[in-house]
Amino acid sequence: MTAELLDDIFLATAAIFVLLAIAMLYRAVAGPTTQDRVLAVNVLGTNTVVILALLAAGLGQPWFLDIALIYALLNFLMAVAISKFTVERGGVL
Amino acid sequence: MIETLRFWAIVVLLVGGILFTFVSAVGVIRLPDVYSRAHTASQTDTLGAGLALAAVALALGWQGATIHTVLLLFFVFITNPTAAHAIARAAAETGVKPWTADTDEEVGEK
Repeated sequence: MTAELLDDIFLATAAIFVLLAIAMLYRAVAGPTTQDRVLAVNVLGTNTVVILALLAAGLGQPWFLDIALIYALLNFLMAVAISKFTVERGGVL
Repeated sequence: MIETLRFWAIVVLLVGGILFTFVSAVGVIRLPDVYSRAHTASQTDTLGAGLALAAVALALGWQGATIHTVLLLFFVFITNPTAAHAIARAAAETGVKPWTADTDEEVGEK
């Protein structure tokens, strides 16, 4: 009984994280600079990683964690690459 | 007994994760310029993601998937502030002016 309740709690938490990730889209659309948009998409990607991990625990599908790991890697690469290429002679890191 | 303890530890970690991610979302939407947004995104969002991933690791118990979760936790803890730092530095090098008390609207239009 506790295990099923825990699964429901994980799914409800994933739903709340989805709502918070959708709220990030406001900044990705309205942000005045390019860096604002990149930052919003970066936070959204971090939320997506957490959602994937929560779904892995809630649905009992541990292979979701592999996707979450690759998503976190691509998210970091996206943020660093875009912030490097928005600068003229890109030494940002 | 130990199952009850684990259950409540998971619930507390998840509530903490939701709280910190909510603070991060409010900060990214409400704060005035890109530097303060990078500040809130690098700190509260990292902690919220870390707490939620710790809850997942605790729920999975001793198995192979937990290693992936802990790896993910360390990876998020290292890369998220680094990415926010790179974004803030790119904003500084493209000449975005920081918000001060004198400017009463959102800066950064260049």
